[in-house]
Amino acid sequence: MTVFSRRSVLRAIGLAATLLAGVGTAAVSAQDRTSVKIGYAISKTGANAGGAGITTLPNYQLWVHEVNEAGGLEMPDGSRLPIEVLEYDDRSSSEEVVRAVERLATQDQVDFILVPWGTGFNLAVAPLFDRFGYPQLAVSAVTDKAPEFVQRWKKSFWLLGGGHDYTEALSKILLDQQAAGTINGDVAVISVADGFGIDLITAARQSFADAGLNMVYDVTYPVGTTDFTPMLNEAAASGADTFVAFSYPPDTFALTQQAQVAAFNPKVLYLGVGTGFPVYQANNGDKIEGIMSLGGIDVNNEAVMDYRARHEEFIGQAPDWWGSVITYASLQMLEEAIKRHGLDREAVSAELSTGTFDTVLGETKLEDNQLRQLWFGGQWQNGNFVAVAPSDREGASAPILPKAPWPAQ
Amino acid sequence: MLSTLITGLVLGGTYALVAMGLTLQYGISRIMNLAYGETLIFAAFAAFLLFTTFGINPILGLVIILPVAFAVGYVIYGVMMQPLVTRSKKSGTLEVDSILATFGLLFVIQGVMLVAFGSNYTSYNYLNVGINVLGANIAANRLLAFALAVIIGATLFYVLTRTRWGTTIRAIAVNPNAAPLVGIDVNRTARFAFALGTMLAASGGVMISMYQTFNASMGVVFTMKALVIVIMGGLGNLMGALVAGLLLGVVETLVATYVDPGLTLAATYLIFLAVLLWKPAGLFGKAAGR
Repeated sequence: MTVFSRRSVLRAIGLAATLLAGVGTAAVSAQDRTSVKIGYAISKTGANAGGAGITTLPNYQLWVHEVNEAGGLEMPDGSRLPIEVLEYDDRSSSEEVVRAVERLATQDQVDFILVPWGTGFNLAVAPLFDRFGYPQLAVSAVTDKAPEFVQRWKKSFWLLGGGHDYTEALSKILLDQQAAGTINGDVAVISVADGFGIDLITAARQSFADAGLNMVYDVTYPVGTTDFTPMLNEAAASGADTFVAFSYPPDTFALTQQAQVAAFNPKVLYLGVGTGFPVYQANNGDKIEGIMSLGGIDVNNEAVMDYRARHEEFIGQAPDWWGSVITYASLQMLEEAIKRHGLDREAVSAELSTGTFDTVLGETKLEDNQLRQLWFGGQWQNGNFVAVAPSDREGASAPILPKAPWPAQ
Repeated sequence: MLSTLITGLVLGGTYALVAMGLTLQYGISRIMNLAYGETLIFAAFAAFLLFTTFGINPILGLVIILPVAFAVGYVIYGVMMQPLVTRSKKSGTLEVDSILATFGLLFVIQGVMLVAFGSNYTSYNYLNVGINVLGANIAANRLLAFALAVIIGATLFYVLTRTRWGTTIRAIAVNPNAAPLVGIDVNRTARFAFALGTMLAASGGVMISMYQTFNASMGVVFTMKALVIVIMGGLGNLMGALVAGLLLGVVETLVATYVDPGLTLAATYLIFLAVLLWKPAGLFGKAAGR
C-alpha cells in the first residue's frame, strides 16, 4: 500500500496548478434601464487590484457620487439625468477585461465606458472602444506610442504621458544637480521586468545616454521579488550617487524598508509606482522626506487640494499623488463634453479632442488627443509629494537634494 | 560572499516556515490545501489589524492568532474534509476531492478578505532595523522569521521523530490503512495535523506581514512557492521542507547577486527540476513507490 504513488501526486499537482492558474473571482452588479448608463470593467481582484483600488476606482465612485448628488449629468437642454453604473470585475485578466468591455458595448449597450486600470489593459481594450465608437480616456497608461495610437484609434485619449517624458525630466534634474556639484554622473538603476518597468527602463537608457549620465548598474528583476538586499548592496558598491528603481508598489514599499536596513543612502533616491500612495506615507512617516518619484502635485493649487479633501472625505482615504487627480479631471472633461453635446458619442469625442475644459487641473486642453499639462517628477517635501518637474511650469517646487540620510535607528 | 549566504539563509527561513505547514497538511492529513496561501494572508491581515488598531505587536499577536488559527483549522477539517475522507475510503480520491474543495475555500476566504479589508496593498513597519550578523545587515523582522522557522522546524522534527505521539502521526502518513490496527485514531490525528498546519500557515503570515507588502489577492503566490518547496523537500517531511526552503533562499540570493536578479525565478525552477530528476520523491522523500 502506498500513500503517494507518483501518479497520484503528479495528477494532484497538475490539477492544483491548473486551478491556481485560473484564480480570480467574478463580481457583477445589477443594472437598470433609465438615465445615463455608464459602465466600466476594473480590477477589483487579482494582481492589479491594489493599483486600480487607489488610482481609478475611488475616483469613479467619487465622481458618480458628486454628479448624482447634483441631480445627474447635465444635458445640452439643461435637464439632468442621473448616472446608472454598471461595474464588472476584470479579475486582473486581460481576456476578462476585453470580454467585459465587449459586453458593456453590445449587450448592456451603455452610453459611455470608463477605462480599466493599467497600460496593458488600456491597450487591450482600445480596439474595442474604437470598433464600438466609444471615446477612451486612458489615464493610468504610460506609453511613448500615444501619437501612433491616436492615429490608429481616433477616439482614444492618452492622459499620463510617455516613459520618455518621465525619464527626460529625471535626467534633467540629475544634470542640474551634477552641474551644481551635488552628485556625480553615475546612476544605478533597477527595474521590474514587466510593462511599466520595461517601458521606463527603455526610455531611461536613452534619456540618460543623451544626457551623458553613466549607468553603472542596470538590472531587471522579476515581478514578485521580495528581497532587494543583493541589488541594494550592488548599487551601493557601484559608487553611484543616484539610485533609480522603476518598481511596482510592493517593490517600492520593500525597497524603502530594505534601504533603511542596509543603511543605503544615495544622494538621489527615485522609486516607482507606490511612492505616491497614501499608505506609503502612513507607513514610513518622516522617513520619506526627499524621496523622488513620478508625478507630483502643485500643493498651492487650491482646486487640486480641494479635490484631495473631498476624495478623502468620501472614500475614507486620500488619493495618490500622481494619477488620481488626472483620473478625476478626465471624468470632469467627459461630464463637460456631455453637457455640451449630450449622449452623442461622435460629438462628445470630437469635443474631447478639440474643446477646452475647466477641470481641477485648471484650464485643460488636449494636444493631439494627449494631455501634456503633467507633472513628470515629484519629491516628498514636508509631508507633501510636491511637483518638481518640469521645473519651468508654473507651480513647480525646487528639488531639495541631496536627500538626507535615513534617520539613525 | 558570507553576507550573501546569510541574506539567503534568512530569506530561505521564511520560505521554509511557510512550507512546513503545507507539508504537514498534505503529507499527513493528505489534504492538498489550495487555500493555504489565503489562510496565511488572512493571518497577515489579522496581525496588521491587531498592530494598527489595538497597538498589539505582532509577536504578542501570535499568542492570539495562533490558537484561533488552530481552532479554525480544526473546524475546517471537521466540516469540510471529514466527509471527503470518509467517502474516499471507498473511492480513494481524497487528493482530487480535497483540491476541488479547498479551491472553493480559497475563493470564500479571498472574498471575505476583499469585503473586510479591500483590495489595497497593506503593510506596516515593525522591527525594521538593521542588525549586523557577521558583516551582513539583516532586518530584525526577517531575522525573527528565520529564528522562528528554525525553532518551529526543530521542535516539530524532534516531536515527530522522538515522541510516541510523533510516531503516531508518522504512522498515518506512512500507512493510514494499517495505523488503526495498532490502535491509532487516524481521523483524530489527521485532524490535529491539519489544524497544526493551519497554525503554521498563520505564523508564516504574521511573520511575512512584518516586512512584506500584501493584499487580499496574493495568497496564490505563497501556495505556489510552498508547493514547490514541499515537493522538493519530500512530501510530509518537515526537515525536507526546512532544507529545501533554505536552499531556495540561498540560491535566489546567490543568483541575484552574482548572475542577474532577473534569473531568480528561472533558478528556482531549475533547481526544482534538477531535484525532481535526481530524486523524484524529493530531497528527503523515500524512493518513489515506496
